[in-house]
Amino acid sequence: MPHNAPNKRLTAKDYPIAENRPEEVTGSRGKPLASLTMEAVLSGEVSMEDLRITPRALEQQAQISKSVGRSTLAGNFERAAEMTRLSQEEIMAIYELLRPGRAASKDSLLDVAQRLRDEQDAPLLADFIEEAARFYEKRGLFRKRY
Amino acid sequence: MRNGYDANRWARANDWDDRALRLDKFAADDPENGFSAFNGAADPKPGLKISSGKVSTMDGVAAEDFDLIDAFIATYHIDPEIAVEAMAIPSEQLARMLVDMNVPRVELTRLARGLTPAKLAETVAQLNAMEIAFAYSKMRARQTPGNQAHVTNAKDDPLQLAADAAFAVALGFDEIETTMRVARNSWSNALACCVGSVVGRAGTLFQCSSEEAEELEIGMAGFTSYAETVSVYGTESAFIDGDDTPWSKAWLAAAYASRGIKMRCTSGAAAELLMGFHESKSLLYLEARCLCLQRGMGSQGTQNGGIDGAPLAASMPGGVREIMAENLIAVWLDLECASGNDARHSESDMRVAAKVLPYLIGGSDLICSGFGSILKYDNSFNPSSFNGEELEEFLVLQRDFEADGGLTSVEDARALDLRRRAIDALSHVLKDLGLAEATEVMKRSVAVASGSNETDTFATRDVGLISNKISADGVTVLDVIRSLHRGGFRAEAENLLFLVKLRVSGDYLQTSAVVRDGCVISAINDPNDYSGPGTGYRLSEARRKELAAIRNVLDRDEVLRAEAASEMGEAKAIRYQTMGTADLGTEHKEIVVGVSPGFGSKIFRTLASHRLSAVLRALQAGIERGGGTLRLVRFWHTADTSFLGLSAARLSGSGLGIGLQSKGTAVIHQKDRLPHNNLELFSNAPITTLEHYENMGFNATVYSRGKLPEPVVVPTNGEALGARFHARVALIYAIETAMTQDDATPETLQITFLGDN
Repeated sequence: MPHNAPNKRLTAKDYPIAENRPEEVTGSRGKPLASLTMEAVLSGEVSMEDLRITPRALEQQAQISKSVGRSTLAGNFERAAEMTRLSQEEIMAIYELLRPGRAASKDSLLDVAQRLRDEQDAPLLADFIEEAARFYEKRGLFRKRY
Repeated sequence: MRNGYDANRWARANDWDDRALRLDKFAADDPENGFSAFNGAADPKPGLKISSGKVSTMDGVAAEDFDLIDAFIATYHIDPEIAVEAMAIPSEQLARMLVDMNVPRVELTRLARGLTPAKLAETVAQLNAMEIAFAYSKMRARQTPGNQAHVTNAKDDPLQLAADAAFAVALGFDEIETTMRVARNSWSNALACCVGSVVGRAGTLFQCSSEEAEELEIGMAGFTSYAETVSVYGTESAFIDGDDTPWSKAWLAAAYASRGIKMRCTSGAAAELLMGFHESKSLLYLEARCLCLQRGMGSQGTQNGGIDGAPLAASMPGGVREIMAENLIAVWLDLECASGNDARHSESDMRVAAKVLPYLIGGSDLICSGFGSILKYDNSFNPSSFNGEELEEFLVLQRDFEADGGLTSVEDARALDLRRRAIDALSHVLKDLGLAEATEVMKRSVAVASGSNETDTFATRDVGLISNKISADGVTVLDVIRSLHRGGFRAEAENLLFLVKLRVSGDYLQTSAVVRDGCVISAINDPNDYSGPGTGYRLSEARRKELAAIRNVLDRDEVLRAEAASEMGEAKAIRYQTMGTADLGTEHKEIVVGVSPGFGSKIFRTLASHRLSAVLRALQAGIERGGGTLRLVRFWHTADTSFLGLSAARLSGSGLGIGLQSKGTAVIHQKDRLPHNNLELFSNAPITTLEHYENMGFNATVYSRGKLPEPVVVPTNGEALGARFHARVALIYAIETAMTQDDATPETLQITFLGDN
């Protein structure tokens, strides 16, 4: 976005972004908010992809959260920003693997983490899963439940 | 007949046994076995050690012994930069800060980031129920209170879901939540509520509570805008038994955000106890763990306050105070709080109303995390504290306390219009997308039905087919928007587009976000700034008027209109003729009946709805049965029963008079008595029958002969007559007192009864 200084971090003053900084908001194919009109929907120009939140919007919401002291909420938005790059199937497969007893050993979680880091540009998610693997091992979660 | 004199039990206990309250079960404190609201046998003492920036001991547990919950809290919730300062403050002092209006909310939420679960629990446990309520009101995140509705029905009927969703939206609910009787109906329920929720107004958030993966898919298709099914538990065993871990739940939390869907976690007292893994810890301590976990996960909020465990929590001593206390911890941790008042914790209406009151008067992000907008039997979650049956009670409580519970009355005609519109819109979409065809009979029966027992609509099996087809065809919200538009439901199409566009900016992912008047408001742009009287949320005059405007409100014009309607009937039943100034009677058998200024001229019925002509007939009959005669006198100087009676007695040749107000209140008086020392008083006009008036006339004649009759007793069944009648009484009485004139002379009225009645 040419009209936006790259390092400008948003704060509570910019919130709601859709009202105060509408020029910042686009769908995941780059369509600006103002172009998501009824006419565009009817003509088929707008797809569900255009109604998907972008990593950038999530990062901006994280900045706003931090500006009001909500760093854990910001952390969730930052993980979510990375997760926008994962398909629904991937998200649910990893969720399933994180449930108790699904992974047979630490390794299957570590493999996922590796893949997220190397192939999906998702280092926060990778860290998160590696951390889960450490605690799961400690608490003996790698055992069959059914 | 047994008189029961030899019973070994006071009969009152039988009366108590019959009350709904006694259907509730109450449990004794038993901290070892998890039955303790505040003092679990194994509750730890608060404590925290930090070494090289990491938590090494928390609440008596060393890092190497942390279970998954401890580990997650220590890693994500505890802010080491604040913890040392915060944990050093004695809990007594923190408790005082919570109720001190001069300590800003933001200072307390900052400190909470450094407090352990045991410390949070120890602090709030020191507050009594009133202090908790006050602190909650001060600490809740968003300033403007809101509410959430359940929209479900026993048939999973999509037409009814749409109609009920539209009605819930009109009432003002910020969020509506549905779930299914049959799991496979989820897509149908989602589509139906989605369409219904955009009728009349844009911006009501909607969720479809279903299995995790499916719920996310439904959200991805754009039908839903929030989720609150991410449950967490306070013991590791309960968590694992629930088939999740803090990491798997945190993963889901991020998943929802990554799709632009608002999310909150759920936890509530006694869930661990219900699941059999309480570790001998108190309800409050386990909830403190749940809530620290939720903040750590980065959930913007929580559905908290007993929830499904509320009935069990409320069975314990202090259980309801505990539910309030856990909600306080939630808001202290800076979480949006959808504050329970959901699963009905008692069969006693009084216990239910008492429990909701602090939230109603203090406000909450979402007062009920499921107000049953439908009838109890249609609630597929469980009956809520408030349901379709009790909706008007809630509206009146708002009006009583001038407290904003988020709801506004909807006029009958408008409700029906909205229901029809929603049914038409959904029927069109179902047909247009090739999903199903609703007949006219189905549509009409659903529109007017109070609940699903009265509808002639889709069979549950048909609903399953509709649901499967929505899913199989990959129908998305864009298909629905286009379909609505094609069918001429343009406002609804626009409203739905508005809603799905919210997810693009993610503004409504922030803490406590809802949509009001087309704008997202949250803890960021509408923060609770309570700092004493005159601050925080206050009703605007416009909002106050909305709360006041409930159904069937009486005013002076209404009373006069009702009387005018009776006037014609009375004109055919009786004629009054003024015979000039009433003089002192000489006839010793006469009983003077003294009536008030508006009797038969402005007011025509008693509070029991007897025509005044009928009352006079009854009195006359009684007087004549006792051998007396009736003389009717209208007094202008007073409208008071006692003075009417005494004045009548003083004009009466027998010395006995009956005072009779237009509203039917009557008195038998004797000329030598003090004004309020009457012979018999009939103050309960609403339950006074014509037979009573007849006996009253008769008794007056008995007194006139110097004898003592059996007094006429008007039996009451304990009706709250004041509640039922006093508004009308005061309005009628004001009409009559306005007609009085000091020193005006009384006049004799000649009455002629017309016709037979």
